[in-house]
Amino acid sequence: MNPLTAMFIGFAIVWGGLFLYVLRLHRLGREIERKLGREA
Amino acid sequence: MAATATGRATAASRGFDWREVLIWIGAALGFSGLYMAILFAPEEATMSHAQRIFYVHVPAAWVGFLAFGVVFLSSVAFLWTRQRRFDLAAHASTEIGVVFTTVAIASGAVWGKSAWGTWWTWDPRLTTTFMLWFIYAVSLMVRAYGGPSSQSARFAAVLGIVGFLDIPLIHLSVLWWRSLHPLPVVVRAEGFGSGLPPEMLWALLVNVAAFTLLYVALFSLRRAQMTAQDALSAQREQQRRHTAGPGAGMREGSR
Repeated sequence: MNPLTAMFIGFAIVWGGLFLYVLRLHRLGREIERKLGREA
Repeated sequence: MAATATGRATAASRGFDWREVLIWIGAALGFSGLYMAILFAPEEATMSHAQRIFYVHVPAAWVGFLAFGVVFLSSVAFLWTRQRRFDLAAHASTEIGVVFTTVAIASGAVWGKSAWGTWWTWDPRLTTTFMLWFIYAVSLMVRAYGGPSSQSARFAAVLGIVGFLDIPLIHLSVLWWRSLHPLPVVVRAEGFGSGLPPEMLWALLVNVAAFTLLYVALFSLRRAQMTAQDALSAQREQQRRHTAGPGAGMREGSR
């Protein structure tokens, strides 16, 4: 594999992972806030 | 606290959330950083393309330090005031700091395999960074196994302060001891970024900005989530007491 392609795949995995982590936290946060609003 | 979190819930249900904007700006900067790291920055003469790991490794390490700096300040504020919000901020920042330090250690290992022929060596910089990661991982374990008690919060705060003292040691380790790790190229006595050609410095700075923005988004999300979780638990406890009747507290107390 071309080293530049390997580097690109590695970077994409790191960025993709971090981005999914952000989205997951965002979704979980909204869920808790919705529960809080519903149960108030 | 419940009222604040409910207010936030109403704001979120309206559709606009500034954290979402921050996430998308961070993602756009991340794509720019990716382009600059792979295509804009020149190939390094001795390390070739493996040097490009630097554009993920350094920003991840920087954000780890930033996160632990926030843990340090929040822990001091918590021990001083005993306000729960500082403990939540320290907890949220510890989690994110551990994630980014893990990225820094893992990307450094990949670079080390290419440069030194080994994934890991007990070099002063690597060892002090591992110590940092370990201290904050222990702090998360203390919180996980100690539960939401004030004692585990106090222990975690002390670890948050002690762990931060390792950061200057990490920075100076390559200067104080004989180390395999490259010397600093950005923060130097000769001037900021004087160890890098301008294209490499720009690629690095864009990635640092993207990672920092990502940290701010993650930190605010996690902190808001923990605050809302706290409010939800308090609300449920209140409802439970209300359902159990006015004599429930007395009955529980007499046991």
